[in-house]
Amino acid sequence: MDIQPVVFYVFAAVLVFAALRVISSSNPVHSALWLVLSFFSAAGIWLLLQAEFLAIALVLVYVGAVMVLFLFVVMMLDVNFAKMREQFKSYIPVGATVGILILVEMTLVLLGGYFAPGTGAAPAAAAAGYSNTRALGLLLYTDYAYPFEIAAVILLVAIIAAIALTHRAPRTSKRQDPAAQVKVRRGDRLRVIDMPAEKNEG
Amino acid sequence: MARLRARPKASGRMDLSLIWQPALTHYLVLGAILFAISVIGIFLNRRNVILMLMAIELMLLAVNLNFIAFSHYLNDPAGQVFVFFILTVAAAESAIGLAILVLLFRTVRSIDVEDLATLRH
Repeated sequence: MDIQPVVFYVFAAVLVFAALRVISSSNPVHSALWLVLSFFSAAGIWLLLQAEFLAIALVLVYVGAVMVLFLFVVMMLDVNFAKMREQFKSYIPVGATVGILILVEMTLVLLGGYFAPGTGAAPAAAAAGYSNTRALGLLLYTDYAYPFEIAAVILLVAIIAAIALTHRAPRTSKRQDPAAQVKVRRGDRLRVIDMPAEKNEG
Repeated sequence: MARLRARPKASGRMDLSLIWQPALTHYLVLGAILFAISVIGIFLNRRNVILMLMAIELMLLAVNLNFIAFSHYLNDPAGQVFVFFILTVAAAESAIGLAILVLLFRTVRSIDVEDLATLRH
């Protein structure tokens, strides 16, 4: 029996279930953990599609860095969950309607277009020694070198932005506060006193 | 879905085994399901900024799945290169989004979207 369809359906089922639990958990920490599970399932599906570099990159970068960051922030913020959940139940009818509509529309488009003969055929198997990482690398550093550099600049900008936003300077050092400097009024700096003129003795 | 529009064989009987094998359509429908779930998530969790950020991550995951499925079935590695860049940009966006969230939380002490509307009187 061919194992590949079974693997696909198992991973797809886990992925859909985890995604549903992400949006319906009452605790954001649980949502983040379900999101981690859905990323792992997606990585498994990408492996089925022979995109092993991206599957590993998803696990290492997305789960290992971005989701860990999410978990840090979620656990650090002290949130009153009960208050957030009050509104949840009232949005379910509208939310479910919109979601099901989107799903039905997209599925109809896909089913209408893709049951034409020939497009469902699986692609030719890759030659022995084919390495997805090598193939991607060959493309990235030649045809897509410029977008690659731009992506690196985007990451640099993200680092600088995140640090600049949240960095709190130590209060003990003397520093300027341009906002306070601009808000200064004449009365803060200058006081005019009315005094009688002194007689000069000499 | 198994009942609709299976290709008829020469003998005139429906060939349902083609529906069972994962083809391009299956991956695209999976991407559509994920996208719809994340849209539902944004609707349901409108007031919670963290859950909205997570729903955006799910949306990006759905789009990435689409790209990789097309890249595989059309034998074009450009789809995978584009996913590489989407991952990069999504990571940068998450980092900055969470930094803004932390900064807001320091002042406002809440992640309710309603409490962030301070420009309104």
